[in-house]
Amino acid sequence: MLKTYQEINEKIKKGQVVVVTAEEIIDLVAEKGTQWVAREIDVVTTATFGPMCSTGAFINFGHADPPIKMAKVWLNDVPAYTGIAAVDAYIGATELSETQGLSYGGAHVIEDLIMGKSVKLKAVAYGTDCYPRKDIETHITKDDINQAYLYNPRNSYQNYCVAVNSSDRTIFTYMGTLLPKIGNATYSSAGQLSPLLNDPYYRTIGIGTRIFLAGAIGYVAWEGTQHNPVQERAPHGIPMSSAGTLALIGDLKQMSTNYIRAANFYRYGTTIYVGVGIPIPILDEEMVEFVKVSDAEIYTTIIDYGVPRRSRPMLGKVSYGELRSGEITIKGKNVPTAPLSSYAKAREIANVLKSLIREGKFLLQEPIERLSLERTFKPLEISREGI
Amino acid sequence: MVRKKLVLTFPPERVDKPITYHLVKDFDLVINILRAEIHEEEVGRMVLDVEGDEERINQGIAYLKSQDVKVQEAARDITLDEANCVDCGACTAVCLPKALRLNNETWKLEFDKEKCIFCELCVKSCPLGVIEIKF
Ligand code: SF4
Ligand code: SF4
Repeated sequence: MLKTYQEINEKIKKGQVVVVTAEEIIDLVAEKGTQWVAREIDVVTTATFGPMCSTGAFINFGHADPPIKMAKVWLNDVPAYTGIAAVDAYIGATELSETQGLSYGGAHVIEDLIMGKSVKLKAVAYGTDCYPRKDIETHITKDDINQAYLYNPRNSYQNYCVAVNSSDRTIFTYMGTLLPKIGNATYSSAGQLSPLLNDPYYRTIGIGTRIFLAGAIGYVAWEGTQHNPVQERAPHGIPMSSAGTLALIGDLKQMSTNYIRAANFYRYGTTIYVGVGIPIPILDEEMVEFVKVSDAEIYTTIIDYGVPRRSRPMLGKVSYGELRSGEITIKGKNVPTAPLSSYAKAREIANVLKSLIREGKFLLQEPIERLSLERTFKPLEISREGI
Repeated sequence: MVRKKLVLTFPPERVDKPITYHLVKDFDLVINILRAEIHEEEVGRMVLDVEGDEERINQGIAYLKSQDVKVQEAARDITLDEANCVDCGACTAVCLPKALRLNNETWKLEFDKEKCIFCELCVKSCPLGVIEIKF
């Protein structure tokens, strides 16, 4: 091993660390070679800013007098889950408002809290000897409540498919508006800047890795839900479609809406754009080989969302280089492409993280445990009870 | 006298000239062609500013419809709240005239209103809700 985490952190503390983004490293390797980069560069920053439905926040409201053991709770009329302790709740990004429908959801509650806005809290209870109160209605801000932290069961997908629609009508999906007869194609990955595409076998991104989460310091908490490392991979190790995922945690109170934004996909519902930045230490030449990949070498799979089934037809493979050119060819037809995740924001986050590390404000944390490379992603079969 | 902005969608075999000619000649309308997108073997689209007597405009619209031309009243304007745009690019997926596109160096959204045909598809497609129609 060329460098250790400790050595890199010492350099960060002394202000001597050399950091570049996952985009800048590409030309650097081409110019100076793998050996030089492994020696001279300490950290590469990766980032992504895309819609991530599997996002939500745990909140502790504090106790009222007399106290209440909340059985049902609403934040700005959006139900939150409170089947845990008396005044703990979880608000999920895709939960919809009971009064505003598809246009306002948990994502907006999270955004409002981060912005410091006042949020209406309503709760009902059945009343107990120790928690006699049966209802409450008040207003909270992030400063009034106790803990408020994002806990996102699945973020930072390692690659994602390209969506098209072969049917005869326009469909509105979480992959955006898909025009009929393969009239367009949408994709949602930061490609060469994306964290897990720069560490395909999860060598440095694992449980405990310190990250930039929506403007705050956060951590990788666990493997993400639907983590699927056994996905088909290209020779350089990069999966050809959605594969690994991360569960992330971070302090909501420190976040900024510059890096996290509530969103609403027409006729689909609410979701939230989450900005994630992850530093990758250049421990040795193998890491250089991983981080040097460019969009032209990262492939993904085209999927037909016009077929509303679990197994949708695959219509071929395409590189992010081709997708970024604005047009791809499917079945001999030229199809315009559009991203859903913001490359400009991902680039901004990679640069912010680079500055934080250079200024000594962000140290690297070696993973406490590595993510599984064997886990398989099971479907849900519909079975009759007792069989 | 009223003014309306109309979006005409017509089948490929329709020639646009006589249509606008009839609007001027038979219905005393003052028209200004803002955009015309006519591709071979594809549906054509034209955005017109029409000025005239309200009654006459309605008759003109009825005439267009009788000629298999689809007529929609267009939004007066499409606006983009740049400060709140995150440059995701979702809107560019539906903007076929490429009025909305991502700059391929900065990857920031650019809006070239000159190319807009007021189809309004981008309004629904922006997940942040930062594109609006102003009448
Ligand atoms: S209305 Fe929107 S989608 Fe349609 S042409 Fe104008 S900018 Fe493009
Ligand atoms: S979809 Fe909305 S937020 Fe995204 S680039 Fe277009 S205008 Fe900006």
